[in-house]
Amino acid sequence: MLKLRNLESGYGNLKVLRKVSLHINPGEIVTIIGANGAGKSTLLNTISGVIKPRGGEIYFSGNRIDGMPPEKIVTLGTALIPEGRELFASMSVYENLRLGAYPQYTRKNVDEINLTRNRVHAMFPVLKDRQYQLAGTLSGGEQQMLALSRALMSNPKLIMMDEPSMGLAPLVVKKIFEAITQLRKDGITILLVEQNAKLALSVADRGYVMETGQVMIEGTSADLLNNRDVQRAYLGKEYKKIND
Amino acid sequence: MIYNAKYEAINRTELEQLQIERLQLTLNRVYRNVKFYKNKFNEYNVNIENINSVNDIKNLPFTTHDDLRNAYPYDMFAVPLRDIVRIHTTSGTTGKPVVVGYTKNDLHNWSEVVARTLISAGVTNQDIVQIAFNYGLFTGGFGFHYGAERIGASVIPASASDNFQKQLTIMRDFKTTVILSTPGYILSIIQAVAESGIHAEQLFLKTGLFGAEPWSLSLRSYIEEKLRIKAYDTYGLSEIIGPGVAAECEYKCGLHINEDHFIVEVIDPKTMNPVKPGDPGELVFTTITKEGFPLIRYRTGDISSVNNVSCTCGRTLARMTRVSGRTDDMIFFNSTKFFPSQIEKVILTAEGVEPNYQIILDNKDGADTIEVKIEISDKLPAFDEIKGLELLKTNIVKSLETELGIMKPRITLVEPKSLKFVADNKTVRVVDNRKK
Repeated sequence: MLKLRNLESGYGNLKVLRKVSLHINPGEIVTIIGANGAGKSTLLNTISGVIKPRGGEIYFSGNRIDGMPPEKIVTLGTALIPEGRELFASMSVYENLRLGAYPQYTRKNVDEINLTRNRVHAMFPVLKDRQYQLAGTLSGGEQQMLALSRALMSNPKLIMMDEPSMGLAPLVVKKIFEAITQLRKDGITILLVEQNAKLALSVADRGYVMETGQVMIEGTSADLLNNRDVQRAYLGKEYKKIND
Repeated sequence: MIYNAKYEAINRTELEQLQIERLQLTLNRVYRNVKFYKNKFNEYNVNIENINSVNDIKNLPFTTHDDLRNAYPYDMFAVPLRDIVRIHTTSGTTGKPVVVGYTKNDLHNWSEVVARTLISAGVTNQDIVQIAFNYGLFTGGFGFHYGAERIGASVIPASASDNFQKQLTIMRDFKTTVILSTPGYILSIIQAVAESGIHAEQLFLKTGLFGAEPWSLSLRSYIEEKLRIKAYDTYGLSEIIGPGVAAECEYKCGLHINEDHFIVEVIDPKTMNPVKPGDPGELVFTTITKEGFPLIRYRTGDISSVNNVSCTCGRTLARMTRVSGRTDDMIFFNSTKFFPSQIEKVILTAEGVEPNYQIILDNKDGADTIEVKIEISDKLPAFDEIKGLELLKTNIVKSLETELGIMKPRITLVEPKSLKFVADNKTVRVVDNRKK
């Protein structure tokens, strides 16, 4: 579904991604874990075209997409849910969802878009209740649901999520992650970037661990949970021992 | 049967992607965590960020057996010792063996590749598997043990003792269906079968998997005929992981290499350049999933050839031909490996003079034997005394047993200049009369 070869990216003089190669098979949930500054968000932004890569190749469903403008990459069937959600705060929930469908929008498929909206409403009924409320006035959890729903409005095959659990109460996080598992059941492939490694690995099939712009470890979620480096750095295993 | 079709029958384009991902992250890890590799890459001016495809692997320096020995005991480990859950060593080398460490994930992967080996030879969870490989520091016993457990077979950890009759009793009474051992060891069992007057058809054996030393096709036919079994070749070495590197499938047309865990290359041992695909040369392996003891371009010294034409069995993994020999003069004897030069060193230490010697390997009554013929010379300090000569013999035997792990060597002292060394103008230090 998605294949990265030797991807390099950065900002100005700063080289962030140093030859990152990874892949995601159709229907998989793959997570990227790593500390702050490891390059996880840069990775998602580069895949979605927000940042232009400096080297390497990105293939999506067999098409080479590196260097394409972000809107083109979206129409091919990807959607990014950026870190911090980035909603249009002064617009209503309804308008935010409508903008999510914008790349697909033609007069002919209005019905289809309404169907998608219904599906999204079924998943998160609260968004239907608050259709006409301004997005900025929603709670953090509702905002994350809206961000996810907005991404779904373009009917993506691949969703990339950047820190969906950030700043949310545990119960809300649980709900978001239930939604992620449901989306996979619906056949959507998911690339999940998360600082909460334990949570991410509990839903993911596989994962990659990044450190300073390089991939250091790859494996199934079980492999990563068994890896002592991962346990020490991201699961806080040895902290626990000290406290016990 | 295929144990893990997702990887064993992987599309080769996907395999290439998987290999480059895993190669790159292995390089990232060894560069950070193993001083040897950091120094070596710097010394060879290799920037690991220039490894963009599996093919670029040829720009990396080799790792040799000597490198590993110099790293004794733990210098090649890529994780802290507390993350290592198992330690094994290579067999039968002087003084310092190569110490290999496994993390929890390494053991998991190891049992996976051995499970593949067993399944590809048709072993199932209905089988009773007798493991007649040594259990101990040697990787053979435990490696096959975990693989057999993984597939749910009934495992008999018989280990490899000298008591072949006991081995046979277990085989008969426990209704063993699958036997695993070295080719040399199974010959001794065949001998025990003949001595006990049991007919092979009174046993329940169906399958045998043999490895850890090179063996020939004619030896395979002999074993198959004597025990009425199907015999399969397996390949592995402790430095890389132990058993499970490659194994034959039911079509016996080469050994499938577990390329999702190991990248294989074949090089010309003289020029160290890659040979043409399908040509024979020295096998070189790079581990791409090992956490504890990863190796980059390890030269095995084993001669074989590799091709990746897909197999009738459905596996897409490349196949290596049976190992046909060594790039050096290493001797395989009763699960130990050693060089003639090591025996020479032992004799030299005992005698104090440069020895004229010859090593004769044979198979008597099913058991492999080793005889070392040494020319006595008047330079020997104990030349005049029978007692002194006897003592000399005992000392050499003791040293061979303790230092090289060669059990029950026979030492014969012969008249000066009585050993014939010349064959094709080359010194013949080793005469191998064993069934091959």
